[in-house]
Amino acid sequence: MLGLGATQLEDDMHRLLSSLFHQGVLDDHFSQLQRLQDHDSPNFVVEVVSIYFRESEKLLTTLRALLLERECTDYKKMGTHLNRLMGSSSSIGANRVRNVCVALRTFSERSNRAGCINSLEQLEYEQCLLKSKLHELFQLEQQRLMASGLGYGYHSIMLD
Amino acid sequence: MAVNCRGMVKQGTSINGKMVFNPKQQQPQLQVQVPVPCTKGGGGKWRRKLLVLWLVKGLLFSAWLFLHMKSNIHSRNEETLASMCDERARMLQDQFNVSMNHVHALAILVSTFHHGKNPSAIDQEVQTFESLGVNSNYQKKLEEKKTFAEYTARTAFERPLTSGVAYALKVLHSEREEFEKQHGWTIKKMETQDQSPVQDEYFPEMLQPSPVQDEYAPVIFSQDTVSHIVSIDMMSGKEDRENILRARTSAKGVLTSPFKLLKSNHLGVVLTFAVYNKDLPSTATPEERIQATQGYLGASFDVPSLVDKLLQQLASKQTIVVNVYDTTNASAPINMYGPNVTDTGLFHFSNLDFGDPFRKHEMHCRFKQKVPLPWSAITTSLGVLVIVLLVGHIFHAAINRIAKVENDYRKMMELKVRAEAADVAKSQFLATVSHEIRTPMNGVLGMLQMLMDTNLDATQQDYAVTAQESGKALIALINEVLDQAKIESGKLELENVPFDLRSVLDMVVSLFSEKSQDKGIELAVYISDRVPEILIGDSGRFSQIITNLVGNSIKFTEVGHIFVSVHLVEEVKCSRDSNGEDPKEPLETPIKNGMKETYNTLSGTCVVNRLKSFENFKLLNGGSNLQSTEASNTINLLVTVEDTGVGIPEDAQSRIFMPFVQADSSTSRTYGGTGIGLSISKRLVGLMGGEIGFVSEPGIGSTFAFTASFTRGQSIPPEMKRHQSDPMTTDFRGRHGVVVDGRNVRAEVTKYHLQRLGIQVEVATDVNTALSYICRPPNSSSTKPVDMVLVDKEAWGPGSGLAFPRPLKELKQNGRSNSTIAPPKMFLLANSMTNPELEQAKSVGYVDTVIMKPLRVSMIAACLQEALGMGKKTKKGHELQSLLCDKRILVVDDNAVNRKVAAGALKKYGAIVECKDSGKAALSMLHPPHEFDACFMDVQMPEMDGFDATRQIRLVEEQVNERIKSGEVSVEVYRGVAHWHVPILAMTADVIQATHEQCVRCGMDDYVSKPFEQEQLYSAVAQFFDPKPNPKQRSNHKSLTDTGDNHVS
Repeated sequence: MLGLGATQLEDDMHRLLSSLFHQGVLDDHFSQLQRLQDHDSPNFVVEVVSIYFRESEKLLTTLRALLLERECTDYKKMGTHLNRLMGSSSSIGANRVRNVCVALRTFSERSNRAGCINSLEQLEYEQCLLKSKLHELFQLEQQRLMASGLGYGYHSIMLD
Repeated sequence: MAVNCRGMVKQGTSINGKMVFNPKQQQPQLQVQVPVPCTKGGGGKWRRKLLVLWLVKGLLFSAWLFLHMKSNIHSRNEETLASMCDERARMLQDQFNVSMNHVHALAILVSTFHHGKNPSAIDQEVQTFESLGVNSNYQKKLEEKKTFAEYTARTAFERPLTSGVAYALKVLHSEREEFEKQHGWTIKKMETQDQSPVQDEYFPEMLQPSPVQDEYAPVIFSQDTVSHIVSIDMMSGKEDRENILRARTSAKGVLTSPFKLLKSNHLGVVLTFAVYNKDLPSTATPEERIQATQGYLGASFDVPSLVDKLLQQLASKQTIVVNVYDTTNASAPINMYGPNVTDTGLFHFSNLDFGDPFRKHEMHCRFKQKVPLPWSAITTSLGVLVIVLLVGHIFHAAINRIAKVENDYRKMMELKVRAEAADVAKSQFLATVSHEIRTPMNGVLGMLQMLMDTNLDATQQDYAVTAQESGKALIALINEVLDQAKIESGKLELENVPFDLRSVLDMVVSLFSEKSQDKGIELAVYISDRVPEILIGDSGRFSQIITNLVGNSIKFTEVGHIFVSVHLVEEVKCSRDSNGEDPKEPLETPIKNGMKETYNTLSGTCVVNRLKSFENFKLLNGGSNLQSTEASNTINLLVTVEDTGVGIPEDAQSRIFMPFVQADSSTSRTYGGTGIGLSISKRLVGLMGGEIGFVSEPGIGSTFAFTASFTRGQSIPPEMKRHQSDPMTTDFRGRHGVVVDGRNVRAEVTKYHLQRLGIQVEVATDVNTALSYICRPPNSSSTKPVDMVLVDKEAWGPGSGLAFPRPLKELKQNGRSNSTIAPPKMFLLANSMTNPELEQAKSVGYVDTVIMKPLRVSMIAACLQEALGMGKKTKKGHELQSLLCDKRILVVDDNAVNRKVAAGALKKYGAIVECKDSGKAALSMLHPPHEFDACFMDVQMPEMDGFDATRQIRLVEEQVNERIKSGEVSVEVYRGVAHWHVPILAMTADVIQATHEQCVRCGMDDYVSKPFEQEQLYSAVAQFFDPKPNPKQRSNHKSLTDTGDNHVS
């Protein structure tokens, strides 16, 4: 019974993951990230992802402030922030976030304020989506691990 | 569009208005420039001025002509009139003079014969009467008179102008009585009171006797015509008296002014000569002359009748009117002859000299009619005017015509520009619409895909699949329309990037592999080995053309094959020129093979002659510059796609490249598709500077051929090649394979693919050759043992490939083969395999693998690798492990996530990783002496980026090395390392050539792209580390404790 539940959970996880891949929310790099996780670093993915969210939320706040609070936005500064966000997003394989970042960067290079704001909103939305999906994924994994009764598992995952 | 003179007409705003699908989309403003010719009006005005000038000139000219001709005519008329007038005057004068001379002569006659003789000669007859003695005196006088009258009457022809002559005697008053007595009549007075009434009868008897005067001049002789004036005293008439007085003093003929003659009542003049009693000298004084005067001879001239008579003799008397005036009194000239005519304009007068200086006469001539209008002048000038006006009209019409044509031209240009703009707008619209449809369609497709991934029952799954298929078809169509529109609006620009033609074609083949397998069609690609490995051009568009053509072929082919071949144009041209026929493929001759007639083609099915598909290409038929192009960097490829499909009907072949036109309308029903692909292909080929052509025979098949020109690409630089590592070629290099296939073409294709893997290939077209190759002793110098045997399933006919291992096995059992060498791996190349066939294949010895066609390098490589047991990835993973195990590595990245991921990846291979988040921290960490074996450095960092940091690190290392070298510091201080150079690898997100160069320039050793790929990481790291980890170092490292808060434990 317990084993069956674990299988069910694993199936769910796979389905969720494949849907995320299909929707382009995640890409190959995320699977590479998962492959890096082993016995030595059991919480690797979660750690990376939580760092990612911590960093990216800071960046997003900065970006929003840059865009909204000043009359003339410092597009160059925005560019460096965006580059960082893009780098980390591609590292964890957050494909869609990255794509929106590319669009945002294009707009900022053209000094298109309206486009920037639009993209930024989209970026926040994607970020939110990614967060909720990953949250779900990690929860499933934790449940699976608990169900399969393995010794190590996710501790409290601080996603927000 | 060359002239942009007045302005531009903005076009397409309405179109922009329609395209509001996505406000973010930046629609380029479509601006159309309408040329407005600068010369508008200028030329027309100039021409109009010219016209006006012409008209004015014409008018002036005709007026001048009119005046000129009129004056000419006038002067001619004047001349005529003058000459006529003068002629008449002269004649009149001459005749008058003749008459006057005769009268003069008569005067002398009277003087001589009447006065000079005594008795008078004139009265000779009288003497006979006297002798009779009867009334002798009277009789005598009568006779005298009669003599004179007779003489004058008979000589009247001599004086044509005189109506009559008379002789008056000078009688003093003292002699009057005696004279009257002698003549028997009294001297009578001329009646002057009533001269005006016309009297037919004139009776001298009724006249009054002359009053007493000093002197009398009674007429004694007269011509019969004027006999009525006998006995009348001439001195009593005023005119006559003056005349007589003047005549006797001047001794010349003297004329009276005109007056009404007695009796005839005609206007006339009287000519009077004085008769002297002696011959007076010309110097005689007037007194002497008066003294000598004896009588007076008068002749009357009846001017009107005389002039009439004269004029009768002249021609053209009707045309002119002649007036003769006495102009002695200039203020009141007396009209002697001619009607009182009104002035008809032109007239001429000539002087008449009648020999009397005291009297002046003039002759005036006029035309009888008014001078007629100068019709010739009028008509000529009018004619000229008409001509001028006509020419002007023609010119005007021409100007109007020109203006109209110019106007039309301008309008047409405008319309043309508009039409072109509309065309561009259409294409743009299509492009936009297609683009806008594509975006949501992608969403639909994605969602469908996701829907299919959920739990669906069979029916739902079917529906979803159908929906997705339709969506995909729609996307494909939209893409095609987009392409077409892009090309039409001239927006499509070809890329110029290096690409590997062979792998591009492999990709195309892989697209169609499923379809061709389903249909059981052979699909194969062959690229001539003279085609360079790397070409520069637009690979995407190139593959699109081939995909279109192959897709088309697949659609219309049910049995047989589709064969894509790529050659250099030069190659084909040479072979064609030398042989006129492709030496490799004598296609026209069928080969008798057993029961069935087969052709030497890929599938043995008859095909059309592919040479015909490109026989019209300019590149092949044209210049001699092909040799030079081979030397240069331009590569002209000739691609043929040959199929054995239904073919294109003759009547449809002409419009096959038109968009949206298919061979016939039933085609789309049977096979689907829009028919836009070929049109796009044609345009793409055009963009690539090539030509496309085809040959097709219904029932046999079609061959499409096109050329495209590319630039020769540089072979991949080694550092690039390392990252895009192509493991296959290295793994198979030196292997030896035998292709067993009865069909040359197919064998060539297989050989081509194997050669790409670096495998040495021999082709065996029959069983015995194959066996001899396989069983050949290995130790001969040139050949290696055969590693693999690739047999086509239908090497000599259906199923023959499956039977091939049997004789091989028999051979082995017979022990003729060398048992020491390992038997070669057997591969079966098959287009399609049914399950029983698979079983059979396994049973006969194809245990290793069956390679499914169409052949692709990657697939062959994978199959061969599997069969030959060449696992690679595992090896690399292990090697990485051995390379990186216990190495101390510094990861520098400002991005926490990246840092973490990189560290995680490296740690996975056993490395000890330390992390730093800035270039400055790295600088301090890497100051010798340090323990790091390598450093992975992010390129983009705030404050100090990777390049700067590396530069500084190298600087520091350089200084340290200098100091060690010079002995300034002992080596021991630096852990016994004499030369410090820590490998620094850049981590970049975008791997481009420029980045690599930059990395090397600032002292970095290599770069890896983020996030790490195993292969790449291995190849990068392998340069710096020995695979065997040093145990001593390892222990050292282990003793170290990690520092830095970012260190991952």
